[in-house]
Amino acid sequence: MSDLIAARSLMAMSLGFHIIFAVVGMAMPLLMVVAEWRWLKTGKAVYLAIAKRWAKGTAIFFAIGAVTGTVLSFQLGLLWPRFMEWAGPIIGPAFAIEGFAFFTEAIFLGIYLYGWQKVSPGTHLAAGGVVALSGITSGVVVVMANGWMNTPRGFMMHGEILANIDPVAALFNPSGLLQAPHMILAAFAATGFAVAGIHAFLLLRHPGNAFHQSALKIALVIGGISAVLQPLSGDFLAKQVAEFQPLKLAVFEAQAETQRGAPFRIGGVWNSGTESFDHILEIPYALSLMLTSDPDGKIMGFKDFPKEHWPPMGITRTAFQLMVFIGFLMMGLALWGLWLVYKKNSLFHSRRFLQATVFATPLGFLAIEAGWVATEVGRQPWVIVGYLKTAEAVTPMPGLITPFMIFAALYAFLTCIVVWLMWRHVSATPSQFEMASPAEKAEPA
Amino acid sequence: MELEIALANVLLIALTFYALLGGADFGAGVWHLLARGPTRRAQHQLIGEAIGPIWEANHVWLILIVTIVFTAFPRAYVHISTTLHIPLTILVIGIVLRGSAFAFRHYDIKDDDIHLRWDQLFAVSSLISPLLLGIIIGTITAGNFPINPNNFFEAYMSPWLKVFPLSMGLLTLLLFSYLAATYLLLETHDFTLQTIFRNRAITAALLAGLLEETVLYLGKSGAPRLWGELTTSLWGVSIQLGVGGLTIAAILLLVTQRYWWARVCAILQVTLTIWAWGLAQFPYLIPPDLTIFNASAPEVTLQFIAGTLVVGALFLFPSLFYLFRIFKGSTLFRHKGHHE
Ligand code: HDD
Ligand code: HEM
Ligand code: HEM
Repeated sequence: MSDLIAARSLMAMSLGFHIIFAVVGMAMPLLMVVAEWRWLKTGKAVYLAIAKRWAKGTAIFFAIGAVTGTVLSFQLGLLWPRFMEWAGPIIGPAFAIEGFAFFTEAIFLGIYLYGWQKVSPGTHLAAGGVVALSGITSGVVVVMANGWMNTPRGFMMHGEILANIDPVAALFNPSGLLQAPHMILAAFAATGFAVAGIHAFLLLRHPGNAFHQSALKIALVIGGISAVLQPLSGDFLAKQVAEFQPLKLAVFEAQAETQRGAPFRIGGVWNSGTESFDHILEIPYALSLMLTSDPDGKIMGFKDFPKEHWPPMGITRTAFQLMVFIGFLMMGLALWGLWLVYKKNSLFHSRRFLQATVFATPLGFLAIEAGWVATEVGRQPWVIVGYLKTAEAVTPMPGLITPFMIFAALYAFLTCIVVWLMWRHVSATPSQFEMASPAEKAEPA
Repeated sequence: MELEIALANVLLIALTFYALLGGADFGAGVWHLLARGPTRRAQHQLIGEAIGPIWEANHVWLILIVTIVFTAFPRAYVHISTTLHIPLTILVIGIVLRGSAFAFRHYDIKDDDIHLRWDQLFAVSSLISPLLLGIIIGTITAGNFPINPNNFFEAYMSPWLKVFPLSMGLLTLLLFSYLAATYLLLETHDFTLQTIFRNRAITAALLAGLLEETVLYLGKSGAPRLWGELTTSLWGVSIQLGVGGLTIAAILLLVTQRYWWARVCAILQVTLTIWAWGLAQFPYLIPPDLTIFNASAPEVTLQFIAGTLVVGALFLFPSLFYLFRIFKGSTLFRHKGHHE
């Protein structure tokens, strides 16, 4: 493994690992706050039990999110010093804003987790609200910073010298502005479905359990709304990629030649011999229609761009396809749930639906990983598109395979523990839940 | 001109908070490791409860520091993160292991023997990060980063594998433990536990006082600039007298059981040490080449980050105060040192 590949793999691994925890940390507070709010409103103990259970599980994710995020803020410099020297003055202020969002989040999280008995219920709920808001803020800011790498703005180059730096323009770059809402929706869709999946699984085992029914409802409403909006937001994003990164879009959509009336393509395997994608299913005119609102609209093909600027084709395209495919699956599931509520007035009587929900547990996270791989690998060979190549940004330090192996082992270790702890968490539930539900059941008796 | 100095001051303030808050968290981990005897479990419980609600917030200071460095002083960030790649990597591994172990231990749903393993991991990894943090600061103090290194060792190992940085590592660990012992004293009403931590605080104070002088002396060859500033200038000598005085005062207060005031002395001692270091280092980030002036980002960036910091501080300090009032209110404002 060359040092460049090792650095890229290490960066990708750290980000891919962090993002899981960051996403849970971003979305779970809203779920907890909704549960707690239902408790304050209805007085039903089951909602309080849900909020408390969710808080315990989330705390682990929060902690890992915080420490892996700390790794990242160092790794940006450890692996890409040239990039940071370049980008720091332009996009660094965004990370400073993020730092304060982290502070707010960590402070109010402490109050939320440990303050059940120490502050009034209203204050406690508000603390949860602040955690949710600051989590979303930090997600938005960091993704806008990432967007800047795709559509760099807010500076000029006079030869080798940076000039006219404008951190505000850099932050509000076109890519970031649309990536941020897409990412936030992704976080809520993925987390909502994952939580719903777990409770659906337990509901299949313990039918009629009020705890799981209520939890499932909250998670599905939040996940479902996001999953329906997600493809819409993705469509905006794709149009924006078509405008600012036409090469990337052409690879996403397997568009080899520039064409009017381009079809939407499904599937396909990259053939480096013919430099095209084989085995493709085509829906005529659909791509032009989607991107330009005109069946005869013109779409650029990747062959119109110099070959040395092509990203790795197979990975980029496959990752993009996987994300979109999952996006439609999740939207379908959300609409199915809506239909069940509308028609049958209940989510819980269809075992099929519950089984499908269990199946969907990991899907959102898969889509998130895939979407990021598409975005980041599709940006290659650039780290700052048009300005700085990835190969020029890497650290001179040799032997990067060693930190790569060490961090791989560390993340593997943490993954095993977290999975195991979550399993304990979930499998410990029945008896605990029984404690919550009999109280409810006892009431009428 | 002005903004660079202001931002360097902000960096020192953030470093001070990190040491006083995050540092004490690490120190508590050290006492966790050293807990012995029949009250071992009680000591562990005290430590867990003391840091539980605040540890995540306490560690954001480090992230803020990193962010300010790479935004405001990008050239220094590049040199530090290249030459010190190895110790920085070990530092973050320590942070990851420690934070994860704490979370596994305290947010797990069941309570069984596996928790002892997490406790051990938590305690051992609490040693790593303070040591490395001190080593990193020591290496930066010594400066003279290799310019055209001949081999891997010269470029990435020899700068920090020296007596002076290593002694700074030890000093950091000791100061953090000292702080933690004086904080933990106030967190319990149990006389036995108080006595244990009082004795530890006294030992740590003595050792810290001695080690501070030793490190300074090692600086004579290891970091001549620091040595020169602190031994020949009037302010340098006053600060040394101040540190010595605070050590003695703290010990006297500990012996007479005026714990609240002993803690004040410990806090002042650490603060003074950090600011003495900062003043002696001024205006260098990495001597002899990089200063806060020639390593800084363009003016606009400095203005923007300064603005962000001011607005951020307006949110941060009230929230932080609120957090500490809820969980540490009883020790924050208590003026009497005796156990009740
Ligand atoms: C739950 C996860 C999820 C789902 C269901 C979708 N996406 Fe997505 N997508 C992401 C999660 C995601 C992501 C991981 O969050 C990305 C990576 C960068 C970003 O901001 O969001 C992303 C990036 C991303 C990009 C690349 C932006 C760029 O390179 O600058 C496009 C064009 C789309 N998405 C389009 C879609 C479409 C048309 C979807 C239709 C179903 C879709 N996404 C579903
Ligand atoms: C704000 C967030 C992010 C920032 C600032 C960022 C930054 C970077 C940087 C500096 C690199 C190395 C240079 C390069 O290869 O271009 C990189 C590579 C990469 N990142 Fe991101 N990234 C972010 C989010 C993510 C996320 C969440 C993932 C999730 C999977 C991800 C996946 C990758 C991958 C796969 C690569 C390697 C690409 C390749 O080498 O082909 N990134 N990113
Ligand atoms: C798409 C990419 C990313 C997203 C959406 C994201 C989002 C988040 C969120 C919501 C949190 C707080 C939740 C939690 O503590 O679990 C978090 C934590 C953190 N992230 Fe990320 N992040 C991303 C990438 C990055 C990158 C590239 C960096 C490095 C500069 C980074 C640094 C951090 C740090 C330092 C923390 C810990 C803060 C704390 O102690 O509370 N993140 N991230």
